[in-house]
Amino acid sequence: MPKDDGIGASTKRREDTRFLTGNGKYTDDINLRGQTYVHFLRSDVAHGRIKGIDSSAAEAMDGVLRVFTAADFDSAGGIPCGWQVTDKHGQPMQEPKHPILAEGKVRHVGDPICAVVAETYAQARDAAEAIEVDIEELEPVVDMKAALKDGATKVHDDLSSNLCYDWGFVEENKDAVNEAFNNAAHVVSLELTNNRLVANPMEPRVAVGDYDPWGDSHTLYTTSQNPHVIRLLMGAFVLNIPEHKLRVVAPDVGGGFGSKIYHYAEEAFCTYAAKVLKRPVKWTSSRSEAFISDAHGRDHKTKIELALDADHNFTALRTETYANMGAYLSTFAPSIPTWLHGTLMAGNYKTPLIYVNVKAVFTNTVPVDAYRGAGRPEATFQIERLVDKAARELGVDPIELRRQNFIKPEEFPYQTPVAVVYDTGNYHATMDKMLELSDYAGFEARRAESAARGKLRGFGIAHYIEACGIAPSNLVGQLGARAGLYESASVRVNATGSISVYTGSHSHGQGHETTFAQVVAEMIGVDANSIEIHHGDTSNTPMGMGTYGSRSLAVGGSAIVKATNKIIDKAKKIAAHLLEAAPEDIELKDGKFSVAGTDKSVDWSGVTLAAYVPHNYPLEELEPGLEETAFYDPSNFTYPSGAYGCEVELDPETGKIDILRFIAADDFGNIVNPMIVEGQVHGGLAQGIGQALLENCVYDDQGQLLSGSYMDYTMPRADDMRGFTVDHSCVTPCTHNPLGVKGCGEAGAIGSPPAVVNAAIDALHRAGHTHITHIDMPLTPSRVWAAMNG
Amino acid sequence: MSKVTMTVNGRKMAAEVEGRTLLSGFLREGLELTGTHVGCDTSQCGACVVLVNGQAVKSCTAFAADLEGAEVTTVEGMANPDGSLGNIQQAFQDYHGLQCGYCTPGMVMSTAALLADNPKPTEEEVRHYLEGNICRCTGYQNIVRAVMAASGQDVGALAAE
Amino acid sequence: MYNFDFVKPGSVADAVAALAGEEAQPLSGGQTLIPSMKARLNAPGSLVSLTGIPELVGVCREGDTLVIGAATTHAQVARDAAGDFPGLAALAGQIGDPAVRNKGTIGGSLANNDPSACYPAAALGTGATIVTDRREIAADDYFQGMFTTALEEGEIITSVRLPIPQASAYAKFVQPASRFALTAAFVARYASGVRVAITGASENGVFRWAEAEAALSSDFSANALDGLAHSAHEMIADLHGTAAYRAHLVGVMTRRAVAAAGS
Repeated sequence: MPKDDGIGASTKRREDTRFLTGNGKYTDDINLRGQTYVHFLRSDVAHGRIKGIDSSAAEAMDGVLRVFTAADFDSAGGIPCGWQVTDKHGQPMQEPKHPILAEGKVRHVGDPICAVVAETYAQARDAAEAIEVDIEELEPVVDMKAALKDGATKVHDDLSSNLCYDWGFVEENKDAVNEAFNNAAHVVSLELTNNRLVANPMEPRVAVGDYDPWGDSHTLYTTSQNPHVIRLLMGAFVLNIPEHKLRVVAPDVGGGFGSKIYHYAEEAFCTYAAKVLKRPVKWTSSRSEAFISDAHGRDHKTKIELALDADHNFTALRTETYANMGAYLSTFAPSIPTWLHGTLMAGNYKTPLIYVNVKAVFTNTVPVDAYRGAGRPEATFQIERLVDKAARELGVDPIELRRQNFIKPEEFPYQTPVAVVYDTGNYHATMDKMLELSDYAGFEARRAESAARGKLRGFGIAHYIEACGIAPSNLVGQLGARAGLYESASVRVNATGSISVYTGSHSHGQGHETTFAQVVAEMIGVDANSIEIHHGDTSNTPMGMGTYGSRSLAVGGSAIVKATNKIIDKAKKIAAHLLEAAPEDIELKDGKFSVAGTDKSVDWSGVTLAAYVPHNYPLEELEPGLEETAFYDPSNFTYPSGAYGCEVELDPETGKIDILRFIAADDFGNIVNPMIVEGQVHGGLAQGIGQALLENCVYDDQGQLLSGSYMDYTMPRADDMRGFTVDHSCVTPCTHNPLGVKGCGEAGAIGSPPAVVNAAIDALHRAGHTHITHIDMPLTPSRVWAAMNG
Repeated sequence: MSKVTMTVNGRKMAAEVEGRTLLSGFLREGLELTGTHVGCDTSQCGACVVLVNGQAVKSCTAFAADLEGAEVTTVEGMANPDGSLGNIQQAFQDYHGLQCGYCTPGMVMSTAALLADNPKPTEEEVRHYLEGNICRCTGYQNIVRAVMAASGQDVGALAAE
Repeated sequence: MYNFDFVKPGSVADAVAALAGEEAQPLSGGQTLIPSMKARLNAPGSLVSLTGIPELVGVCREGDTLVIGAATTHAQVARDAAGDFPGLAALAGQIGDPAVRNKGTIGGSLANNDPSACYPAAALGTGATIVTDRREIAADDYFQGMFTTALEEGEIITSVRLPIPQASAYAKFVQPASRFALTAAFVARYASGVRVAITGASENGVFRWAEAEAALSSDFSANALDGLAHSAHEMIADLHGTAAYRAHLVGVMTRRAVAAAGS
């Protein structure tokens, strides 16, 4: 086995070569013969009734092929929602229609009203300005609590209110939780906001629809994290195109972070219009358009309370959260504040009683859905901010309070009171490792040095748990998912021994082409360079559920392992025939099959050639060829965990906070490529630190987006981030997948926001600003200064 | 429409442009050099950075017609003559300075401009210089390491502070 | 963006003639103009590029004055003014980002007069003279509020003449998204007194802080500003900072600029 490309090696990424030379193929790089361009005329008001559309002038303009409105989609379905949440009374959530183009009303700034298709993009945009849309403006609903008041304007006239659902979890525990609060020695509470974010992958969304009358077949090229899911949702629910007539291709995709999971109206439009016009139709989002059309993330308002006994053991936790859904339900939106949030409210702690209430609310804003972490960052932020506050109020060390209440290593598997069972973990170990790496012992000296320069230094910690690698299909089915969450793989061994792997896990930065090849190389013992990983095209990969929720290696990788094991089993039978031995006596090592205890062997390519040139082959027992497909459905989530330490310096004159060091000690179970894992954590940390200090998606009271471009939405820059130390030496392997791996993609974004805010509060308290118990994210200089001088 | 000629990656190239054709469009659509990416419309993200007469320029914020006769270098022009990865490109691969690859062309070109001006930058100088290049994937840590490595400096440990 | 005719004259006279055309606008570095055209907030019939006119480019010293051609980029000022006027060079080196500095020009910045731009602080803080194709305008008369200047239709800046101070510095608190100034102060000490110009803070654009100038003229030290606070009246309030915060930063940045300028 070559040491540099098996499991555990920091193999350099093979995909880098094309990206570094300008040879990547992103959706916007695809230009088809005869291609036309669409521009969407979008609402510039948050809420209004469409009284008329006059597109006659636009249709007469140079190059314009057609102007589409909602009337063109009478026979199409709405954009479907993939998850139905049942409320605390057992009733299904309110689920409004989400049309491709606005029907009767516009419900957020950016809601598409018309689509203009022209020979060039500029002509389409020029013509869009000639369309006259008569809109009667309606009072917009922006604030969630105001949206739920009696008499509030309704976002959807056909729903009973703006409440999507009122969810209680675990509803049966509610009374016991309240009782525990009544009997508590201490109660600590906190109200906080989890700020709305925009995912902002650097590649804006693009869709190219194509129609081929030869086979009456459609192709959609799209910037998607999960082309099969798009094919299923768009084909079955929106356009009524069967799968065998619809191919969805997601080529190189420039980041997703959740925002490219969902099926979007523009995809359906381009696919549909290409058939109508008999020409390819392309849409390329501008960044400004992305801000008002990509699903946003987070946007929760929460009150959380913790009950403790006299010995500071956590006895109960309860929360009330308002979760913004935006104007329509995006693909997975209802599941985020519920099943991906409520189930994590135990954190790393043995809190025996938990009650989570979530009210999901429609507002006249862009739909909100999963963004890196999705529900779990919101849970972690609440818990870890509250535990820190509890330690301050009780006058105890925040580290010791956490340790005292941690689930102990010997207590796994651990059944939480919020449904999930943690399989493994060692939170004491990750905490110890983080404190060691952060030189916590030397903090006081560093603080004094900062103080001598007039700066306030603070150290904050957070310990997170997450559930990822989603998910057992039977379980999520019970929870309302309208899909399974398995993953698939096909392994096709070619005659000369090279291997083509087809996976449903799309790669858009995660380096699957490298990592997955390492797994197969290790299992078979061949050079990873002889293995090609294919993904992103529904025409050549088996049904796959895609890449999100830190599931690719844990679920997609497991499918590859399963398919590769089938390959090895069959190859051993072929080898046994060639070596005239029993299959059970055949061993595979370093790409060579040998008969145990003998020097008889045949190498990998000898077996693969026999499979395809079966001259000497047990044809009566085995089919020729060497190709296998496997589907893997996980039996549980995986539960990565980790301790994060953040050291900040705060300028009391300006309120500006600088990150000086950030230490992440994660337990990701076994690791295939440490370099890639480290990179994933770095990226997650930057997004979490960005949320804590910089990023904020803000609407004004008229529903106008104030942070609608990079002029106002603060993206983290290189000089905002520094001093990352990432460790993954604490390993408790996952007990239920074949590689023993856990997800690593979201961890950084989950654990870092509370660590940053805790560090800032620590700095302020050490400097005597003890009246400041919380500052809402992002902790901008202006907000920090106001808190200090308020 | 008018014809604009530039020397791009050492070769004289021409395409028809409108007044409003941006350099990024000239490269991507006119010359089919799609390595240069467009990630924003307010001149912030830097995915489109190319070298114009040796200087880093945001190609989405320059008109092609204004650059008649210019010498332009794009990411497609950064490999060695034998096609292998050039020094900066190799450092980005060696230090995992890219994930999705979308911002990467701009990062590589900004690095080229930085190192031409300042062959041995400090970590601080690298972080500051890259303020016009946004990456959403890497958290910048490994980009900074890659730039330092491309400048021939030891990147064994980037100081915690 | 809307289409337009592109014109690239080789002399100021040709540029002025071209700008007399209907809906003609000058284009310098384009770092603000092009994004605003993409957003269709600006629709020139023709764009007259000023970057092909050699006489508009360059930095040179004439006695106690630094003369900068209007089409000189920020990067060139950062480099070529470093010896004669380091405070100005440092300001130019903080505008935008490196790629923006390679295209953006001093003339373009002053003509646009963004309330958060850096150059207006230098021009007003030095009492510069804005030289156009037809006249000279004192900075005190030139800046007339947000995005408003004394320039007439078709009038183009050809150069800027900045009196070189004995000491100067620019302290910028960056708006983290746009990289413009959230609030910044340019401080310049002359034999005749001290000038303080503030950008990024006021709804009325760049302005001089008279009280600070008076205090610093008698004692050029950060301590001289103790007890001095700027009013929050008519300060910009947005998601990056309240009016009170910006007013507070006026004091902090001015003190930092004085400290950086030395004595």
